Amino acid sequence: MFIRMIAKAFIRQWKKMTMIAFTIALGASLATAMLSVMMDVEDKVNQELKAYGANITVVPKEASVVNELYDVGEENVSGSYLSEDELGKIKTIFWAFNIVDYTPFLNVEAKLNDGSPVTVSGTWFNHHMKLPTGEELDAGIASLRSWWEIKDGNWIDEQGKDKKDVAMIGRALAEEEGIGVGDKIRLAGNRNSKQLTVAGIYDAGGEEDDQIFVTLDTAQALGGLEGKVDSIEVSALTTPDNDLARKAAKDPGSLSVAQYETWYCTAYVSSICYQIEEVITDSVASPVRQVADSEGQILEKMKLLMILITFLAMIGAALGISNLVTASVMERSQEIGLMKAIGAHNPAITGLVITEILCTALIGGLIGFFAGQGFAQVIGHTVFGSAISMRPMVIPLVAVLVTVVTLIGCIPAVRMLLNLRPTEVLHGR
Amino acid sequence: MSLLELKNVSKIYGNLHALDHINLKVEKGEWLAIMGPSGSGKSTTMNIIGALDKASEGEVLLDGVDIAKKSARELTNIRRDKIGLIFQQFHLVSYLTAVENVMLAQYYHSVPDEKEAMEALERVGLADRAKHYPSQLSGGEQQRVCVARALINYPEIILADEPTGNLDEANEEIVVELFRKLHEEGTTLVVVTHNPEVAEVAQRTVVLRNGKIDHESINENFTGRIKHITLQ
Repeated sequence: MFIRMIAKAFIRQWKKMTMIAFTIALGASLATAMLSVMMDVEDKVNQELKAYGANITVVPKEASVVNELYDVGEENVSGSYLSEDELGKIKTIFWAFNIVDYTPFLNVEAKLNDGSPVTVSGTWFNHHMKLPTGEELDAGIASLRSWWEIKDGNWIDEQGKDKKDVAMIGRALAEEEGIGVGDKIRLAGNRNSKQLTVAGIYDAGGEEDDQIFVTLDTAQALGGLEGKVDSIEVSALTTPDNDLARKAAKDPGSLSVAQYETWYCTAYVSSICYQIEEVITDSVASPVRQVADSEGQILEKMKLLMILITFLAMIGAALGISNLVTASVMERSQEIGLMKAIGAHNPAITGLVITEILCTALIGGLIGFFAGQGFAQVIGHTVFGSAISMRPMVIPLVAVLVTVVTLIGCIPAVRMLLNLRPTEVLHGR
Repeated sequence: MSLLELKNVSKIYGNLHALDHINLKVEKGEWLAIMGPSGSGKSTTMNIIGALDKASEGEVLLDGVDIAKKSARELTNIRRDKIGLIFQQFHLVSYLTAVENVMLAQYYHSVPDEKEAMEALERVGLADRAKHYPSQLSGGEQQRVCVARALINYPEIILADEPTGNLDEANEEIVVELFRKLHEEGTTLVVVTHNPEVAEVAQRTVVLRNGKIDHESINENFTGRIKHITLQ
């Protein structure tokens, strides 16, 4: 009888039930979209923020100490270097898959044709690596400095035919020296001199516009520093720092075993730095705080915004449900009064009404969930240019939200139903 | 012991005495009509007898139990188990068929039994209309479904509030005839009505005025089982 009443009530009130389902579907779709994006946004925003460059720098331990004492910036005054041979090891750490890009730097002082001094920076452009894991990787500043504007020519292609003896020159230096793409320049380093062809002119918008960038082996040859690098810039996908990460960053030794395992197995910037230091001999890896902090703050703000939108959507849905269910109960007041008059207790009638609404919520919730997945993909493609992956956790979360919101929306109607006196609705003449 | 006894029952709304120290007895198997002009207290009396409302003062003894002191939950149980209600406006659930409307009373009482519900409809001559919805039934037919619904749980008393108020003469006769049959079977009937013709067929008529019993009359020609009627 109960099921028969529910089914027939549905058929009779299909318009009202459709409106309730539509309201729930709207709320559920927004909640699904926001939760899906929120759960996937960390990776997406991280990837976006990678466009702003590396978030970890690795330098020799001695250079780090000297820099801390005298604040000499990027200049290598310690005479200590990292080994080029160990660069591949960075992709073997626990969080290897979170290392999306990295490149070494070796700065040497050289002189141009006219004798003017210039900083020559050796690096990877699009260096191809075969890792011990079998993985292959292209890394270098072409992707790490994606905001550089190539004014003329192209990035150096390390995998192309003309990879040897080429250089990229900064816009300011090129203008000052009157150098253009295709010109030959001679650089005299401490040990060797080389004639290079200018492959491109870049505008970095900073002090790098006064420098020349060459392949790592060219810089090593100029400075007589074969197999050595000054520093490494690493771009890694990280999790925003929390108290544990901050405590570990100060001293990993202060953590308990359980805390250490949690920290080590979470992609905090400090744990990735720690793991890099484990594989690169005598190195100090430190986060570029500005970038790392920005990432964390932006992520937290985006998450907060999405939680807020979800919350508001759910409040809106609850208000809509409340109005519609109350109207439905008012419309059925004589029917409810009759049920009470012939012996129905309040819980039985409340159960009937709530079951009807929850069945409607189930239908609305399912429609909303799938629509929300669609919205999430639209947001993913519009904002991040990629799909949002569906997290299974979204399903129970949306189910709980829809149930809670539906029940909250039913409260005014249930109160009205409980206070309804049969004598007031059955004696209308 | 009377089936129903009202002792000094009053219902007070602020300064208004809707019922003012009413005393009334209804014996088992009796057919009583309650008449009176609008505002005389007929519906209030019906609500109190039907456990739909509580008296402000006095005792309402149904089968020896004072229902005036019962909680809302207990009153619901009393309505479910002991009282059959018939309304002027029928109050059938529009999306349930005739037989389902009868089964609804069974559902809230115990267990719905379609066969038994069909038998109840057969008693009121509506077996062939069992699968029809209220909108497909005439006023008289709807009222007969109400009677079947009121009977289905074998109540001790049937209360009818203006049962013919919305019916034409032909249907009025059918419903009154139905009451006559129920009375012959031993059912206790209390009928609230404006209609003197409906009141005249009852064994006894009580007339209310301004919340008090104005007078009562006994139908001398009625051939009911209860002969002795007491009015206090």
